[in-house]
Amino acid sequence: MKYTEEHEWLRVEDDLVVVGITEYAATQLGDVVFVELPEEGLEVVKDDEVVVIESVKAASDILAPLDGEIVEVNTALTDNPGLVNEDPTGAAWFFKMKLEDMSAMDDLLDEAAYKALIE
Amino acid sequence: MAEDLNRLPLHALHAELGGKFVPFAGYEMAVQYADGVMAEHLWCREKAGLFDVSHMGQVLLPPDQAQALEALVPVDVLDLEVGRQRYGFFTNDDGGIMDDLMIARRDGDLFLVVNAACKAADIAHLRAHLGGVQPVEGRALLALQGPLAEAALTRMVPDAAAMRFMDVAVMVWQGAELWLSRSGYTGEDGFEISLPVENAEAFARALLEMQEVAPIGLGARDSLRLEAGLPLYGQDLSPEISPIEARLGWAVSKARRADGTRAGGFPGAPRILAEMAGGALRKRVGLRPEGRAPMRAGVPLFADAEGGPGIGVVTSGGFGPSVGGPIAMGLIDSVVPDGAMIYGEVRGKRLPAAQVAMPFYKKTYKR
Repeated sequence: MKYTEEHEWLRVEDDLVVVGITEYAATQLGDVVFVELPEEGLEVVKDDEVVVIESVKAASDILAPLDGEIVEVNTALTDNPGLVNEDPTGAAWFFKMKLEDMSAMDDLLDEAAYKALIE
Repeated sequence: MAEDLNRLPLHALHAELGGKFVPFAGYEMAVQYADGVMAEHLWCREKAGLFDVSHMGQVLLPPDQAQALEALVPVDVLDLEVGRQRYGFFTNDDGGIMDDLMIARRDGDLFLVVNAACKAADIAHLRAHLGGVQPVEGRALLALQGPLAEAALTRMVPDAAAMRFMDVAVMVWQGAELWLSRSGYTGEDGFEISLPVENAEAFARALLEMQEVAPIGLGARDSLRLEAGLPLYGQDLSPEISPIEARLGWAVSKARRADGTRAGGFPGAPRILAEMAGGALRKRVGLRPEGRAPMRAGVPLFADAEGGPGIGVVTSGGFGPSVGGPIAMGLIDSVVPDGAMIYGEVRGKRLPAAQVAMPFYKKTYKR
């Protein structure tokens, strides 16, 4: 698993990467009540705002972690946004991407670096 | 956290309970505890929630100042019976609201509770017009709200069971003088309790030890009052919004209305009484956005799904945990028909929102 400074996790699954937010981010957000997902097939550039997530406290954006194409979104979150709090690193993945360049993953944080970031 | 924030007397207890602190009205306050806003909200609706609202202003006035106070508020203070309180607001010369407050008549004085953000201005305003204004020092203010609030409180203060909605009373617990009112701002039955700071922690801990009582932070306080359709000063009420626009005409006492025995005589009376008779240009409405996207304060409102001029703005909005969806209050042009579908522009998209009657969630006050 790799991480961004924006508190996203990325997990490689065959030739795709699955993206979600970390447990730390989910706790900081509080109870999530709304998730707006991008359309499948959307081409994104790193730092594009791709997901809107609203908690009982505030709205936040999830940014594209790297360049690529959104190939699948987790529609379960639309009906059950609370999944983000229940299982942020499992069932509450947001989208799957086909990266422009798989080697860009190497520049992301590893688990130790991410842990250091949030401590 | 900024150095110039004040801390509440029970700050250490809030920290011990897992409070997550945010700045609010100049105070460092717990927005939530370990369980989070949603769980705290639902707990208060089902059981009993303990709130620390010690940031609010408490003020005493001599009883002979009732008439002078009437010159600042459109409320019947003279005929307010001992042991009762009324909701009201300080109005300005333009007919806007400077603050909303509770006015209690007690045996020997008048007791006011005002908003934290306004308390310095309110006290200056009172002092400019009244004598003997005495800000209360050294007393905390707690609120115990929810259907089990009476059961919990009466274990400690049995006589509180006799109080009805908007009653006030002085009772004693372990030598400490409690100033009780049966009221609150959650849409639930409950009590507000002013007590000496030195007794507040023991009192709060005694309540929190009870199975049905949990601490509730500012986040759930906001969602509870929003679901109850209660306007918040600084968002839904302001110096630019009249009480009639805010649909608080019910709180203008009969004696102070145009056909009353002491008609007018408060700041902004010409505008406020004219609006009571002929209507106001704007109105506060309840909104139930379709779908799940919350419409928060500041979202512009439109009559049409596309084009057309703006008709107003969302003044408070978020997710209603007991409603199970987004809810909001808006201030809109009165020409928009009641019940017409309107549209809020969220992230560039106009989303439909139904105008609905408030409260969004039904009250269970003990009358």
